[in-house]
Amino acid sequence: MAATSTAPPLPPALADAVRDDASLRRFLHGLPGVDQVGVEQRAAGLGTRSIKKAAKLWAIDTAISMVDLTTLEGADTPGKVRSLAAKARRPDPERPDVPRVAAVCVYPDMVAAAVGELGGTGIGVASVATAFPSGRSSLKVKLEDTAFAVDAGATEIDMVIDRGAFLSGRYGQVFDEIVQVKHACGDAHLKVILETGELATYDNVRRASWLALLAGGDFIKTSTGKVSPAATLPVTHVMLQAVRDWHAQTGQRRGVKPAGGIRTTKDAVKYLVAVNEVAGPGWLTPDLFRFGASTLLNDLLMQRRTQLDGHYSGPDYVTVD
Amino acid sequence: MSERISLGRTDNRVTVAKTYKLYIGGAFPRSESGRSYPVTDAKGGFLANAAQGSRKDARDAVVAARKAFGGWSGATAYNRGQVLYRVAEVLEGRREQFTAEVGAAEGVAAKKAQALVDAAVDRLVWYAGWTDKVAAVLGAANPVAGPYFSFSVPEPTGVVAVLAPRQSSLLGLVSVIAPVIAVGNTAVVVASQDRPLPAVTLSEVLATSDVPGGVVNVLTGRTAEIAPWLASHADVNALDLTGAPEALRADLERSAAGTVKRVLRARAAEDFTREPDLSRMRAFLESKTVWHPVGV
Repeated sequence: MAATSTAPPLPPALADAVRDDASLRRFLHGLPGVDQVGVEQRAAGLGTRSIKKAAKLWAIDTAISMVDLTTLEGADTPGKVRSLAAKARRPDPERPDVPRVAAVCVYPDMVAAAVGELGGTGIGVASVATAFPSGRSSLKVKLEDTAFAVDAGATEIDMVIDRGAFLSGRYGQVFDEIVQVKHACGDAHLKVILETGELATYDNVRRASWLALLAGGDFIKTSTGKVSPAATLPVTHVMLQAVRDWHAQTGQRRGVKPAGGIRTTKDAVKYLVAVNEVAGPGWLTPDLFRFGASTLLNDLLMQRRTQLDGHYSGPDYVTVD
Repeated sequence: MSERISLGRTDNRVTVAKTYKLYIGGAFPRSESGRSYPVTDAKGGFLANAAQGSRKDARDAVVAARKAFGGWSGATAYNRGQVLYRVAEVLEGRREQFTAEVGAAEGVAAKKAQALVDAAVDRLVWYAGWTDKVAAVLGAANPVAGPYFSFSVPEPTGVVAVLAPRQSSLLGLVSVIAPVIAVGNTAVVVASQDRPLPAVTLSEVLATSDVPGGVVNVLTGRTAEIAPWLASHADVNALDLTGAPEALRADLERSAAGTVKRVLRARAAEDFTREPDLSRMRAFLESKTVWHPVGV
C-alpha cells in the first residue's frame, strides 16, 4: 500500500492499522458497532432543541459562512457559475454585513470560470472529481480528473470513493485510491464523499469514515447529492463521532460536510446543534464544517431577513440561482 | 341543544365533542401551537372546539399557497370554472349539514339558514361561470398611435390573504373566497373568529372536490393575532380586509404598504345576499399589456 510521506506520523495503533490489507480490515471491523436506535434517538432529540433570537441569528450567519454553494448540473455554463460566484461574494446584495459563503462547488471544467471570479476573495473553489458522482472509472482517469481541477485552480477537491469496492470489502483498494488522489491534490484540501445513501448501514458509515481519515482526507462528506437518501442527521452524527475520536487519538482536527437534502434553516440549525454536541464547539467553523447546498442559502437569507425585519420574508427578495 | 339531541336517541350515548383542525396545503393539521378554543352558537351554547391558529400556521399556509399558485394560475380558465362548479356540487350535497351549522352560528331560523346555503351554492356557480369570461371583459385590445398591436390581459395577483367576514359565516365566506380563486389566485383565509364552523366544513368540501391542495388554506383562531403577520408577510401579494376588526384596519393597511400589497378595503356593512359584481375579481387581478410590432 502506498504510504503518505507528508502526513504527520500516526499513533502506533493507527499506523499499525494501515500496514497492510489484512490489518486494515481487522481495524475497520474491530470498530465498535453503531447503536442504530441510540444514534437515531439522539439525533431526533437534539433536533428538537429550540434556538431563538440572538442565538438563531448567530446560527444563521455561521451557517451562511459554512455553505459550499453548489451547482452540479449537466446544464451548467460559465455564465451560471459566474452568477453563482457573485452570489457567493455577496449573498444578500442589500445587506453587506451578511458573511460570505465558504466556497463554490462546481464540476472540474467550470473551475476556471469560478477561479476567475473568486480569485483573491478568500472564497474557496471546490471541484468534484474522480468520475463524480459514481466513481466508476479507472484510477488513471480519476487522477487525471483531479489534476485537471487542481491545475485549473481548485483549492478543494471533493472525491467520491469506490462504493462497489468498499461494499465488497476491498478496503485496501479504496484506501490506496484516496491516498493517491490526496497526493494528486497537492495543496488543495481533499473532501472524501462516502455516499452514505449507498453504504446501507451505520457500521459501514463508521468504517468508511475511519478509512477516509486514515487515508488522509481533510473532510469526510456524506453524499454526492445525486443519490437519495442524501445527508441525514444520524449519519452526520456517526461521522462527527469519527472526527471527534480521530482528534482524541491523533490531535488532528478533520472536517465533516453533510451535502444534499438540507434545504431549510431549521435543518441547518439542527446540524449545527449536532456539531456542537457531538464533535464540540471547536468544529463550529467553516474550516471544519460545511454544508453542501444550493437552495439552503436562499432560505438562510430569507430567515435572516425575517429575524431582522420582524416580518416574514419571501423568495422575491433573494436572488434566483 | 345537546339536550334535544340526546332526547332523540334511544340509548344514553354521550355526544362526541369535536375539535376541528386547520386546512393547510390540502391537509388538516392541528395548530402548530397546539391550542384550540371553544366555539359557541348565537345563544352562547357550546358547539365544538376549533383550532386556534398561530403566526407559524399562517407562515405554513402562505408557503402552501405559494406552492400551489403556479399550478392553479397556470390551469386553463375553463378548468378553474369546472373545479368551482364541482365545489358547488359537493356543497349542495352537504346542504343539511351547512344549514344546521349556519343556523347555529348565526342564530337564524332553519328556513333563513337554508336560503343562505342555497345562495352560497349559487354564488359559487356564478363565479364558476366568470372564470373564462373575465379576461374578455377586463382585458382589451388597446388603440395605440404606432405600428403595434397592443393588448392587455388580466393576470392573477398571487397569494391573497383573506380576512373572512365576521358575521356572514358561509355566504360571506364563499363570496370572498370564490372571486379570489376564480381568477387564478391562491388564498390564505382567516375564518370568522366567532363563527368558524361553516368555514371548517367548507374546507372539508374543498378537500373532497377537485381544488388542488394549497389553493385555499383555512385558518381558524383570533383574527387580531394572525392578520398582522399576513399583512406584513413579504410573500403575500394582496390582502382582503373584509373581516378585519375596525381597530386593526389602519395598522393592517400600513404594514401591507411595507411590501406594496394590493389591499381591498373593508366596506361598511356589506350585504352578501345581493347579486355580486366584478369588483372582487378585479381587485385581485393585474393588467399585463403587451406591445407587439405589426406591419414589419
